[in-house]
Amino acid sequence: MEALTNRVKPVDRRKMSIWEKMYLPAVLKGMVITLKHFFTKKVTINYPEETRPFSPVFRGLQILNRDEEGRENCTACGLCALACPAEAITMECAERKVGEEHLYREEKYAAKYEINMLRCIFCGLCEEACPKDAVYLSETFAPANYQRKGFIYGKEDLLIPDPKTDPEGFARAKGSRIKHPQGHGNEH
Amino acid sequence: MYSNPILLTIDWTLFIEKLVLIVVVVMISLFVAMYSTYVERKVAAFMQDRRGPNRAGPFGILQPLADGMKLFFKEEIVPNFSSKFLFILGPILAMLTAIMVSAVIPWGDKLNIFGRNVSLQIADINIGILYVFGVVSLGVYGIMIGGWASNNKFSLLGAMRAASQIISYELALGIALISLLLLTGTLSLNEMVGQQKDGIWNILRQPLGFLIFLVCAFAETNRTPFDLPEAENELMGGYHAEYSSMKLGFYLFAEYVNMFLSGAVMTTLYFGGYDIPFVNDANLMHTIGQNWTVILEGLVFFIKISLFIFLFMWVRWTVPRFRYDQLMNLGWKILLPLSLFNMLLTGALILLKQNHWHF
Repeated sequence: MEALTNRVKPVDRRKMSIWEKMYLPAVLKGMVITLKHFFTKKVTINYPEETRPFSPVFRGLQILNRDEEGRENCTACGLCALACPAEAITMECAERKVGEEHLYREEKYAAKYEINMLRCIFCGLCEEACPKDAVYLSETFAPANYQRKGFIYGKEDLLIPDPKTDPEGFARAKGSRIKHPQGHGNEH
Repeated sequence: MYSNPILLTIDWTLFIEKLVLIVVVVMISLFVAMYSTYVERKVAAFMQDRRGPNRAGPFGILQPLADGMKLFFKEEIVPNFSSKFLFILGPILAMLTAIMVSAVIPWGDKLNIFGRNVSLQIADINIGILYVFGVVSLGVYGIMIGGWASNNKFSLLGAMRAASQIISYELALGIALISLLLLTGTLSLNEMVGQQKDGIWNILRQPLGFLIFLVCAFAETNRTPFDLPEAENELMGGYHAEYSSMKLGFYLFAEYVNMFLSGAVMTTLYFGGYDIPFVNDANLMHTIGQNWTVILEGLVFFIKISLFIFLFMWVRWTVPRFRYDQLMNLGWKILLPLSLFNMLLTGALILLKQNHWHF
């Protein structure tokens, strides 16, 4: 019968020679191999202490952005919710009152903004849809929670720290991710 | 004033000295066994390109403590249909026989404490190696009783395997040892070390005997490739399948104590015991003093044992388990004739030497 692949290896049924029957040389050979592995560099990364470097276009959890003065960018236009293929985003809008100009950049803002992280597929279409640079994906990932409702992130979870009061937290949340990499087709 | 004549005849300093030594040796044995579990896991991991336990403490060195704590807090289950007395006796015997071997091993030369020569050997009995053999054979009872009392067919199978395996390999072990005894002419471990300190190590005079002894030691301590009594994937843990909590811990611990002490026995018999290689110990004694030499010798002894423990682990993570018929074939058809041949050869050579190499 013709073999289907060229990987076929016939079984060697020859009787073992005396040298082979002694086993010990073979055992020693095996021990040399394991000893070599003993000294090889381990590929494992000690995860919480060390992390693998991310790709510059890594897509993690969403954050809601603020401008330099700490005002929320979002105007609750709903384009992100419309763009979302997983229908993970819901929001309710409200009108900015007099005296709230330091909180919201424009007259309309999102009173409620929720992303269901269990539905989200981290495609980044919300980020691309946003005309106000308000929502974008950060480098944070792998959230953990005990309950499903804990994965529905509200505004308090999503909002980036205020750059005026907490510049470090702002920078950390923003991360070093490249927002519009070359060649993705959406260059301005 | 009334005083007890029997109590007066006891040398109390000797009594206290031995008591302290016993406590120290047992503690060291247990400590080494405890850390052997950690080293075992590390070695296994490194040989499989992993990192091994590194969460508990720096480099995971508190891992054995965590494991021990876990075992202590586990529920202690005694099966309903087991014979409870024997079920509890099993791990006790296994541990006891494992530790008892340490009594005759010469851990070092004599320390000089306040003008008193304190021997680092608990009991320098003139039949030391015979005692080791007796105690090691008793070790089967721990396993056998545990497996039998569990009233579980897998435990019983494991126990049966252990019993027949240990008995089979003890033959080859004993005969390999006889050829060594022909050379040394003494059964006292201390004297053997003394001979090797002055002359050459026994490994050079008995290479084949050592090889047989080593293979048999693997079988006696139930280590891979001869770990059939506790084959996890065939017998679900074998003789300790029904054990939980610290009783299980005792069995596992006894194996590591056995490993440590069989390393010690092999070092004593074939690798010069506490002899420092390439150094004349008597000269060293003059230059740095008696006590420092003895401490150094003890350290060297422990290094040698550690190398043996590493060898045990190295082989475990290299060689797969034997099939039971292969194990028996190796024991009866290869090792036993080989050791008999070795004995005859040694005997013939000694006879020739006594005749000044004339036939």
